[in-house]
Amino acid sequence: MIVAKRKPFEEIKKMLEGYKRVLNVGCGTCVSVCLAGGEKEVAVLNAEIDMVRRLEKDPVELGELTVERQCDREYLAQLDDKVDDYDAIVSMACGVGVQFLAERFPHIPVFPAVDTCGLAVNLSVGRYAERCRSCNDCILGLTGGICPVTMCAKGLYNGPCGGSHKGSCEIGADQPCAWNQIYERLSRQNRLDDIRKLTPAAEWKDQVPRTLIQPGYEKL
Amino acid sequence: MSTENGLKSGSNLEKILKAGHFAFTGELGPPRGTDAAVIREKAAFLKGNVDAVNITDNQTAMVRMSSWAACLLLLQEGLEPNYQMVCRDRNRLAMQSDILGASALGIRNILCLSGDHQKFGDHPQAKGVFDIDSMQLIGMIKQMRDEGTFLSGAEIAAPPKLFIGAAANPFADPFEWRVFRLEKKITAGADFIQTQCIYNMKKFKEWLSLADDMGLTEKTRILAGVTPMKSVGMARYMQSNVPGMDVPEEIVKRLQGVGKGKVAEEGIKIACEQIEELKEMKGVAGVHLMAIEWEHKVPEITERAGMLPRPTID
Repeated sequence: MIVAKRKPFEEIKKMLEGYKRVLNVGCGTCVSVCLAGGEKEVAVLNAEIDMVRRLEKDPVELGELTVERQCDREYLAQLDDKVDDYDAIVSMACGVGVQFLAERFPHIPVFPAVDTCGLAVNLSVGRYAERCRSCNDCILGLTGGICPVTMCAKGLYNGPCGGSHKGSCEIGADQPCAWNQIYERLSRQNRLDDIRKLTPAAEWKDQVPRTLIQPGYEKL
Repeated sequence: MSTENGLKSGSNLEKILKAGHFAFTGELGPPRGTDAAVIREKAAFLKGNVDAVNITDNQTAMVRMSSWAACLLLLQEGLEPNYQMVCRDRNRLAMQSDILGASALGIRNILCLSGDHQKFGDHPQAKGVFDIDSMQLIGMIKQMRDEGTFLSGAEIAAPPKLFIGAAANPFADPFEWRVFRLEKKITAGADFIQTQCIYNMKKFKEWLSLADDMGLTEKTRILAGVTPMKSVGMARYMQSNVPGMDVPEEIVKRLQGVGKGKVAEEGIKIACEQIEELKEMKGVAGVHLMAIEWEHKVPEITERAGMLPRPTID
């Protein structure tokens, strides 16, 4: 899933300076699961904003609504007859949701309340770890199901570098060396020959905005 | 493709290795400023004592004078540079253009490195490039030189002439994979190898013997890395803080044992003993002396290690 972290309150507060009627929109999918921008987090943020603005004698009228998915037109439609009651919108969705919301309501300022952190797995409640950079050219078949583009701090295609030490990356003992893990896994599977060959330079496919059209849907 | 005389680059280092001499290279770190005199002063200590001088490329991810510029200053002083290039700071366009420029300026050796992670340097918030890795960089330079084409396949008008070097760290993990990584670098096009500083001689020998068994010492020229310890503090620092360094406790103990004021001398003594030992080792084609911010000691070390006079080849 996409994981995100709520921005520091001060940053959110600064973006909302001067606005008197603010609609806070949560997202019921990824950011809800990772405890950053679902219904509960919308309520908590609104309570904070309300309290601080009251204390500062600059009260704000707040609305809240959490849609199923901000990255889907179908779910944004329910906001159409509500947004004009507000002079600003806060989105607690990932960067995709924020943009889709801003695109649908171009006449109203939309502000992000979270920082999108990546594509991650759920380690335990509240703990997530990045696994994919969506490079558009998956090499996991070669690397034993461990992504060096994401998990190697240098994104090396032919690792491990000279900084691999006792299973850790040179950036710190807490960071496992992805290439050491790749080596160990492929060794166990008798597949080391796969990484004895030189992997050629990547042909980066993520350097322009990507549009995806699945086969069979070209004309729709 | 090679030149008429059978040389790939015509560099002094290439000629010395080709003639079967035991090579001896040095290292010089460019300054964090524009003072060319710093380079000239350091170069004076190295001149006549080494066959080529590695010029580091923003080592430990600290901004320094660019490697190619310092290489040019070195050429002007009559020394042969070994241009270090890391993958951290440049994409394939910048790398290839710098390679063309370096060759045009008369630089004939290049060492391909991944580069320390930017986290260690003075701009830890920088975006690391790593568009290609060190293995791919070796292959790219070989393609440029031997096929006369850019990585894209387009033809180069007057391709670069470079003797291609790569690094090997026998002390990094996983140890068993290190020799295969060496093999991969040779296959990619490494004409010579410079190793990480050796303190654990036993482990180095083990690695070398594995490389020799695979026939790799015949396919490339391995220069063993030596760095004299200046102090106990330096030994301790390298032991615990420098990625990929293996400093056995006995080295630290030996330095501690000699008492105050004599540690530096003991460090030089250890380095000289290492050079003597490496000289006799099958599969070692030379030594790369990295006297870090200790260039003025190079003449003494070279003399004491019996590395003088350096051979000259026309």
